[in-house]
Amino acid sequence: MLDHILSILIFFPALAAILGFVVNKNSIRSYGVAVATVEFLLALWLWFAFDSNVSGMQFMEQIALVPAFGINYIVGVDGISLFIIILAAFFTMIGIASLGEMKDIKNLIITLLFLQMTMVGVFVALDAIVFYLFWELSLVPMLYIIGAWGGPLRIYASVKFFLYTFTGSLVMLVGMLFMAYFYHQATGDWSFALLDWYRLILPESFQNWLFVAFFFGFAIKVPMFPFHTWLPYAHGQAPTIGSVILAAILLKMGTYAFIRFSLPLFPDASVYFMYPIAVLAIIMIIYTAMVAYAQKDIKQVVAYSSVSHMGVIILGTFALNVEGITGSIFLMIAHGVVSGALFFLVGVIYDRRHTKLMSEFGGLASVMPRYATIFGIMLMASVGLPLTINFVGEFLSLLGFYKQSHILTLLAGTAIIVGAIYMLSAYKKMFFGVVTKDENRNLPDVNKKELFALIPLTVITIWLGVYPKPLLEPINKSVEGIVTLMHEKSISEEAKLRIPNINKDMGLITKSSGEAH
Amino acid sequence: MLSPINVSIESLNLMTLAPMLIPIIGALLIIVIDLFKSEQDKTLYVMLSLLILGVDFVALVDSAGLFLDNGTITGVFDMMLIDGLAILSQFIIVGASMLFIPLALTHKRFHEFSYPEFFALFLFMIAGFQFMVATDNLILIFVGLETASLALYTLIAMHNRDKSFEAAVKYFTMGALAAGFFSFGSMVFYALTGSVEINQIAAVLEANNYADIGFVLVGVVFLLASFGFKLSMVPFHTWTPDVYEGSSAALAGYMSIVPKIAAFIVAMRLFEFLIHSGVVWLEVILYMGVVMTMTMANIWALVQTDVKRMLAYSSISHAGFVMAAILIGTTQSNSALFLYWILFSFTNLGSFSMLWISRQKNLPAHQQSDHSYDKFAGMVKTSPVAASIMALFMLSLAGLPPFALFWGKLYMLSAAVSSGYTVLALIMALNSAIAGYYYLKLIVYMFMKDPVVENNGHVYSANATLPLKTIIGFAAIGTIFAFIAVNQLLEFVTLFVYNSGY
Repeated sequence: MLDHILSILIFFPALAAILGFVVNKNSIRSYGVAVATVEFLLALWLWFAFDSNVSGMQFMEQIALVPAFGINYIVGVDGISLFIIILAAFFTMIGIASLGEMKDIKNLIITLLFLQMTMVGVFVALDAIVFYLFWELSLVPMLYIIGAWGGPLRIYASVKFFLYTFTGSLVMLVGMLFMAYFYHQATGDWSFALLDWYRLILPESFQNWLFVAFFFGFAIKVPMFPFHTWLPYAHGQAPTIGSVILAAILLKMGTYAFIRFSLPLFPDASVYFMYPIAVLAIIMIIYTAMVAYAQKDIKQVVAYSSVSHMGVIILGTFALNVEGITGSIFLMIAHGVVSGALFFLVGVIYDRRHTKLMSEFGGLASVMPRYATIFGIMLMASVGLPLTINFVGEFLSLLGFYKQSHILTLLAGTAIIVGAIYMLSAYKKMFFGVVTKDENRNLPDVNKKELFALIPLTVITIWLGVYPKPLLEPINKSVEGIVTLMHEKSISEEAKLRIPNINKDMGLITKSSGEAH
Repeated sequence: MLSPINVSIESLNLMTLAPMLIPIIGALLIIVIDLFKSEQDKTLYVMLSLLILGVDFVALVDSAGLFLDNGTITGVFDMMLIDGLAILSQFIIVGASMLFIPLALTHKRFHEFSYPEFFALFLFMIAGFQFMVATDNLILIFVGLETASLALYTLIAMHNRDKSFEAAVKYFTMGALAAGFFSFGSMVFYALTGSVEINQIAAVLEANNYADIGFVLVGVVFLLASFGFKLSMVPFHTWTPDVYEGSSAALAGYMSIVPKIAAFIVAMRLFEFLIHSGVVWLEVILYMGVVMTMTMANIWALVQTDVKRMLAYSSISHAGFVMAAILIGTTQSNSALFLYWILFSFTNLGSFSMLWISRQKNLPAHQQSDHSYDKFAGMVKTSPVAASIMALFMLSLAGLPPFALFWGKLYMLSAAVSSGYTVLALIMALNSAIAGYYYLKLIVYMFMKDPVVENNGHVYSANATLPLKTIIGFAAIGTIFAFIAVNQLLEFVTLFVYNSGY
């Protein structure tokens, strides 16, 4: 069964979703939780069976799909994708379990299960077309979730979300076809298999063009400045569960794809575009942090802070060394946990008061102490307090980029201080002081169902902040493989210089990851 | 002294005519039946037509086998040309017709299906299209085209509504103009080369190295305009939305597939040698035509308030997309054209059939047109299955993987990329993104809005019967599971295209 565990992970939720149409709507919630739990256990089993000493792909499967055109269903998992898959399974589980009362809950749960299929599919696909397939397919359930259960502007928000991503990915598709064509030119065979493409060394000018084509697809998904405008709308209008999944998993598709596609396929172009992208990332960090400070709506604060942290992930990725990339992957997971939890928390208060405006609250700490505590922990994690999960990732990402440019890293570092400002001021407005509104006096504290989602997230936040080694080790192993590949493939002098030769300075990595522990 | 003309029957190769003669005989049979005993039920004629088309299909399978063994077959004084293109396009023509004809078995009674002439004309039309694709003789192309077109005008008019007459007359006048252009263009080529066979024309022009390039261009302009009308390329597209709106939804879906593939084949035979002869001007014109057809049609589709008109513009845009294959003109692009059109016929016929089963006899007061977007608002609440199927067709038309049309788009884009048309590939990709919006609009109406007036969902399947549902189910399954069949289809299509030298 382990031979096919990845296919099971992908298609089990889809099959369950189809069968879910038969389940009575009074029992659908239990059904959804059960299915998602099984999926999560399968993901944990995958982790258990995963050999963290191997840097390459594991549990690979291959089925011919359109062999005449080189399209095959190839899946595999390595240290980079493993934890995002577990995270996706985890969030779907707690997301379904903590769903409040909603209309058409049956449709929602079935949609979430379909969404889970596409999420797992994106992270395990090793064939560009299969990757594209799941990537595009993930838009449809999310469109429906935002469009059917969202706020007043939901249709505008959902269509904007869909079209933005759709446009970007079509440009990416043209890039993929180019890549396959080059492969065809070089070898005489058509192939969309990523591992085949890794072996291809492209001339620098082609690399640059293809990098740009892929960049459009990925950057819109991340979303990078200036393509980020769809995200605040999507978050603002989406129901809690939609925001949680969007922030925790769907955005990670973009950053993951950078590491999976852009870096190893186009090492020279990655070096060439390192500074422009770093500048964009820093603009993204600072600008969105400032925008976040200006928001009146707590959900928008969380949304913009989420974009701001995605900037740090991008910065770490384009450090192009092991520390940076490892840090950015760790930060993806950390960001998933923390911003997912924050959206949950916003959902909790929204369910009670049906408003998200911070001015409507104040003094909540005395009314809802447990809620205030969890919110406080997550907020500290979001700011990047040491001993929380975000700190490890941010530290490694910035450390990685420090080796490329001191000034830019310094700028990014200051932005994190701005992050602290807006988060703390939001916290102050909502939780401290006296209770000013009568409606807030008798708000019930978090209930059991909500705690089921929030406690595990809190535990993870602190546990991985104190002891990140179980994740860092397999991630590090796979990242070393990628950086080695990039160093060997790179053509230009500068790229050889910027992308470190791992076999030479191995000692440094163990030292730096030692610091993080 | 004149030597006696000696033609042996074998050299005529009359078997090449078999696939066209079958529907003609079938049509005559239907008329004869009507002579002996009129007032028969439409089910008789539908099933008869289906059987005849089935026999036609088997005949095509036979000639496909012959083609694979012996290569291109010519017959009847080289008038008939059975090559891979002819066979593939006939497969599409007959296959799509077989999917179309059971759509006559509606729940409501419609005027046109009570006449046996409808079915006879339908079969004549198919024969016309088959002649059109299975020859490279300009005169026979013209005859086939006119046979088919005249039959089609009548079929539209038989729908017996004011708008249908308007549509038929509009189509007829436009068609007559196109026919005039076609004959004039052919005349120019005949005057230049002394032949009406496309391969002879190509050979003669090649031999004198395009000495009379001015006249060639005049001829090309006329032929291009004529095919522009038939393929509804911008700016010759103006009739399309009106004609689609006036004809029944089923026939509109049919018109978006079958007449166009026939015109594509002729365009392929005619223009590909001209483009590759280094007539840069023609390449530019065609390039502009392709880009304009895709883009403008998409933009017009954005602002439509009626789903059928939206689908009409979307069909124009798809035709423009496929026209790119003729511009590119490699084996890969020509195979992509067939792959695309096979997958497109499933999806598009499916989506028009969804409109067909929701056809009302009378227009309710709150609706401005037969298939306005409002009508579909909140459809998921009352008939979730129908809404999901409709959404499926829309997603497929938008080119979302893994549904049918995605594979066609993929291969077509790849063809563009592989032959250096990078900018074109990008324009095509961005057009798919624009198109995404109007397909999405229908999904938004169906899934995210509330119904305008309360209804029990009956309106969405008012016209449905088991045969119609079967056809839709067939199209839906084909759309979802296309990824299984794509490989075989691709190999099959490439084999035929490659072996006929395109």
